[in-house]
Amino acid sequence: MTEAAVEARSARKEYGAGEKKVRALNDVSVVINKGEFFTLLGPSGCGKTTLLRLIAGFESPTAGMILLGERDISTMAPYDRPVNTVFQSYALFPHLSVADNIRFGLTMQGTPKAQVDARVAEMLALVKLEAFADRKPQQLSGGQQQRVALARALAPAPEVLLLDEPLSALDLKLRKEMQLELKRLQTETGITFVFVTHDQEEALTMSDRIGVMRDGQILQIGGPREIYNKPVNRFVADFIGETNVLTGTVEQGGVRLPTGDVIAVDNLDAAIQGTKVSLAVRPEQVRIGDGALQGRVAETVYFGTDTHCHLRMSDDTEVVARMQSPPSGDTGLQEGQTVSFDFVPGAARVLED
Amino acid sequence: MAGTTHGSGRTGWILSIPALILLTVGAAGPLLIVVVYAFLEPGEYSGVVWDFTTEAWFRVFFERDIFDDTVTFADAHLTIFWRSLKLSVLTTLIAFAIGFPTAWFIATRPPNKRAFWLFLITIPFWTNLLIRTFAIMEVIRNQGLLNTFLLNFGIIDAPLQILYTDTAVLIGMAYVYLPLMVLPLYAAIDRFDFRLVEAGYDLYASRMKVLRRVILPIVRPGIVAGSILVFVPSLGAYVTPRILGGGKNMMVGNFIELQFGQGRNWPLGAALALLLLMIVLVALLAYVRVTSRDDANG
Repeated sequence: MTEAAVEARSARKEYGAGEKKVRALNDVSVVINKGEFFTLLGPSGCGKTTLLRLIAGFESPTAGMILLGERDISTMAPYDRPVNTVFQSYALFPHLSVADNIRFGLTMQGTPKAQVDARVAEMLALVKLEAFADRKPQQLSGGQQQRVALARALAPAPEVLLLDEPLSALDLKLRKEMQLELKRLQTETGITFVFVTHDQEEALTMSDRIGVMRDGQILQIGGPREIYNKPVNRFVADFIGETNVLTGTVEQGGVRLPTGDVIAVDNLDAAIQGTKVSLAVRPEQVRIGDGALQGRVAETVYFGTDTHCHLRMSDDTEVVARMQSPPSGDTGLQEGQTVSFDFVPGAARVLED
Repeated sequence: MAGTTHGSGRTGWILSIPALILLTVGAAGPLLIVVVYAFLEPGEYSGVVWDFTTEAWFRVFFERDIFDDTVTFADAHLTIFWRSLKLSVLTTLIAFAIGFPTAWFIATRPPNKRAFWLFLITIPFWTNLLIRTFAIMEVIRNQGLLNTFLLNFGIIDAPLQILYTDTAVLIGMAYVYLPLMVLPLYAAIDRFDFRLVEAGYDLYASRMKVLRRVILPIVRPGIVAGSILVFVPSLGAYVTPRILGGGKNMMVGNFIELQFGQGRNWPLGAALALLLLMIVLVALLAYVRVTSRDDANG
């Protein structure tokens, strides 16, 4: 039995008035479970940060409700909410030491000093910054500042931790490390994490569930595998990972491509025969070697472990196949060569536009 | 590499010549003269007699009776110094109380509107201090704007006697030095990262606590600069207390001027001026020490 940690009920947020009115959040409803790592994923301007700010209490909804557990907290001041935020800019207090930054929330809550000291020490150990307790934030590297921001937000043991693109300022290597670190912290503390990002890879590797957002709405909510393998529409398919999009006409049992080939598709139930649809196939689900489809090798791109092969079908549709690079690094595919290929069974899916 | 450093060092030294001349002729020289005068005897009509004595320093603290040479403590001097100190501290506090919200208001306007508000703050500098002070006099005197207004609306029965009181001096100084408080405060608040306010709210700090624990400590350099810029000239103020305080509510500046004028005691004036300088230095050191103390301990 899962329990709700946070819930948005038809949450709407509008900025400005009259002609200039902008709806940043369009009646979003979502239930985030206790102890869950939930990610709001979407391009900039999709409303993910607005939703986070509504939960934090920096903004109040124009309509709808924000609930924490059972309580309606829509109009509660941010300093009364048992919710803490890790800010994109970290927003560490420059005049306070690392330890005093971590101490801040606890002191403001009126926690007894002995308890505060113990908790600060615990947090410093959790993020492995014991040696830096007396430094000022400006004297730390980006990754260390990030960990201070995390420790500061976790110290008061919030019911929900909000993370607003916390890794976007870090370089790739550090980002990968912090992704694992975050996941570890979430598992260890058992606190509900609501994570905002525009990085689909980040979302896939860390989340229990992902909500994909666009234009102030949540398009799809699901686990990483579900989102990746069963995107509900073209936007989600495009946004999460790379994908081949083919167009075709619905027929009995499949979709007929302009080349005349018929592709078997599972999720055809709703589609009416004769209508034009888009098909999505992930590059790693394209198999070169044998199959009913034909394509000319337009280009092969070596990525180290992977090699991408761009195939051009007779109607000029391009299909990218991703395969593991052979130990020699040479796939043996020549540009201009015609090869046979097909899709892994069940891989091709019809997309809503 | 070494040649470049050498060259730029030489150029830097040449560039500093005008500043060195100005400092020598304009500050160090006169200060030296004041120090020397403070240890000489007063001339009969004015000026000094070149005889070394510490009499001026004695006279700063004690009065010598003209007839029987009995010595009494110069409590009038103490009163004047005390009033100056009190009025200057109050002026600084008033300027801060008004200046902080003002600077906050300007710094939180959209960037393209801030120049306009800053421009308004600097307008008083366009007019001579003397004229502005007379204008204040026009407002607060018994038949002035303020009293006429209050009388006409039946708020008071008799005109308030503000002019020629410490209150008048205070109003005048706060008005005159307010921009000196607002500008450094604005510069500090402008640099302030307002996202820290949200971080404070997020970590259970109420509005007052965010102000006290986050905003004020971070804009402290602006507060220190503004306070010094207001306090120091207030302590040595001359024109404002002279006009608005009348003859009886003297501040140190007026008292020193008196020694060089009617008092005909240049050495005493010089000694008083040096004492004032020392008070300012001690006050500044104490202030900087107190305000730069680490928050973690406070």
